[in-house]
Amino acid sequence: MSTQVVSPGASSSGAPIRNLEAPGPRIGEKIIKAVLWATATLSILVTTGIVISLLVPSIGFFQTVSIWEFLTGTIWAPAFANPSYGVLPIVVGTLTVVVFAIIIAVPVGLSSAIYLSEYAPTRVRKTIKPILEVLEGLPTVAIGLFAFYVLTPLIRDLTPFLPWTGPFSIGVAGITVGLLIVPLVASVSDDAMRSVPRSLREGAYAMGATKFEVAVKVVVPAAISGIIAAFVLGISRAIGETMVVLLVAGAGNPVLSFDPTKGTQTMTAYIGSTATGDISQGTITYDSIFAVGALLFLMTLAMNVLAMRLVKKYREVYD
Amino acid sequence: MSETTTPSPALPDIEVSADRVASVDTEPKNTFELRDVNVFYGQMLAVKDVSMAIPHNQITAFIGPSGCGKSTLLRSLNRMNDLIPGARVEGDVLYHGMDMYGPKVDPVQVRTVIGMVFQKPNPFPKSIYDNVAFGPRLQGRKGNLDDVVEEALRGAALWDEVKDRLKDNAYGMSGGQQQRLCIARAIAVQPDVILMDEPCSALDPVSTGRIEDLMAELKKTYTIVIVTHNMQQAARVADRTAFFTVLANDETGSRTGVLVEYDLTSKIFSKPDDERTENYVSGRFG
Repeated sequence: MSTQVVSPGASSSGAPIRNLEAPGPRIGEKIIKAVLWATATLSILVTTGIVISLLVPSIGFFQTVSIWEFLTGTIWAPAFANPSYGVLPIVVGTLTVVVFAIIIAVPVGLSSAIYLSEYAPTRVRKTIKPILEVLEGLPTVAIGLFAFYVLTPLIRDLTPFLPWTGPFSIGVAGITVGLLIVPLVASVSDDAMRSVPRSLREGAYAMGATKFEVAVKVVVPAAISGIIAAFVLGISRAIGETMVVLLVAGAGNPVLSFDPTKGTQTMTAYIGSTATGDISQGTITYDSIFAVGALLFLMTLAMNVLAMRLVKKYREVYD
Repeated sequence: MSETTTPSPALPDIEVSADRVASVDTEPKNTFELRDVNVFYGQMLAVKDVSMAIPHNQITAFIGPSGCGKSTLLRSLNRMNDLIPGARVEGDVLYHGMDMYGPKVDPVQVRTVIGMVFQKPNPFPKSIYDNVAFGPRLQGRKGNLDDVVEEALRGAALWDEVKDRLKDNAYGMSGGQQQRLCIARAIAVQPDVILMDEPCSALDPVSTGRIEDLMAELKKTYTIVIVTHNMQQAARVADRTAFFTVLANDETGSRTGVLVEYDLTSKIFSKPDDERTENYVSGRFG
């Protein structure tokens, strides 16, 4: 039994029947797909390479020093005649920088983003935004010099009641790193907030919300995944920042201390100041650089995982 | 356009037909009175010389072709146009006799009294409950808002469908439910007026029907002004209908919306005074 196909209207008018098959193999498409795949895979390969190059010397390190001693020891003196490999002092140094950077960058960066996205007239925004993007790219060594010669004396003069000693301070280093990442946090948060649809803002205004209520109760929650991504980017930079910390907090002997007015080393500063030309491969000091690097990698990874969980939990999907 | 030349705007004469006795008060109070209202976007005159009175507890529809300024005029009734840089309103917009653009009038306060529902449903990406509680919380209400939320959802004929999933995200609802949620959200603020800007244009016919039924219910409590592209909708729900059109100026290229005719809906759709109205409502677009 054949199915009767009903055509609407006029019958066939004698138009030629057109071919529906591909005119030939589309080789260009296949090549492009392969190239795109290769570039996407490259970054995964590079990351894997980094992890392996960190792990191999680290394994050598942990054959001499136990992981327990490394993670809980309170004296970091790998180059001494009587060496000690407790990583805590430089971990505390890094965490101090991160805490100060967050204290500065999160409120300042978020407020700037709210101003740019919700309050600034178009002309102001179009002026400030490129400036922020230039600031993001400033060489950190220049910022470090500024911080050492200008910011450090200024902060000391403003806080004579603090027990300042020596030229270096890990707290000032943290504040500097915080200022350094403000443009990044502000710019990425601003982009996230700008992408919140206008209709959501109108909905809130139409219920008698003020500008600030619209920003804080509607726009920021709706953009929270982008804002957290901005924070994570900023904090990752704070953890990884080396030059500013070397210049402002010094590369002196790390002492386990929570005093932000003292100079100390961070994990990156240790790597940066130790990995110079005169370190011989295969020594325990050489291996220790990689062990610290591996720990740094794990810390950043843990923070990213945490951030992804946070985003998943607080995300407001608006589509 | 007799309205534009009348010095003091009055409601159109009311011919009380048998089927309208119940819904049309012979001497209705006016919620809004507009006198020679012009709305500008920068240098551009978007709406010109509108004078009309919008009665209390009734549904007034604005119809007309695209670009005729009906949405612009609607947004001048709760000062949403203030949010657009360069927008300004000339003439008098009176709300119960008060100048809505007077120096002491606060647009934020205005919008708590005159709520709005938009073309595309725009619930916040929060739970159903938090959407409805948003307005009351803005007004400083704290603690348990269960009663307020339930009342508003019942008012929007949505309670039975969502009472078991108040904590779910509003974006899991259908488009029609989302729009009724937006109505519930507006009701929860306890406004006097609800402005609706093409509230059904993104909805299917069944959802549209539900919203229209709801509007008939809502007008007992609220004054409703609705902009619609759908003439049948205006004919079905509105007590009064205002027809707007666009005047194009060939020299400057500007397009300005004007009020052509404003009358009882039955009159607009059966025997309008103006030929342009007749052409539009009969489908011969003019």
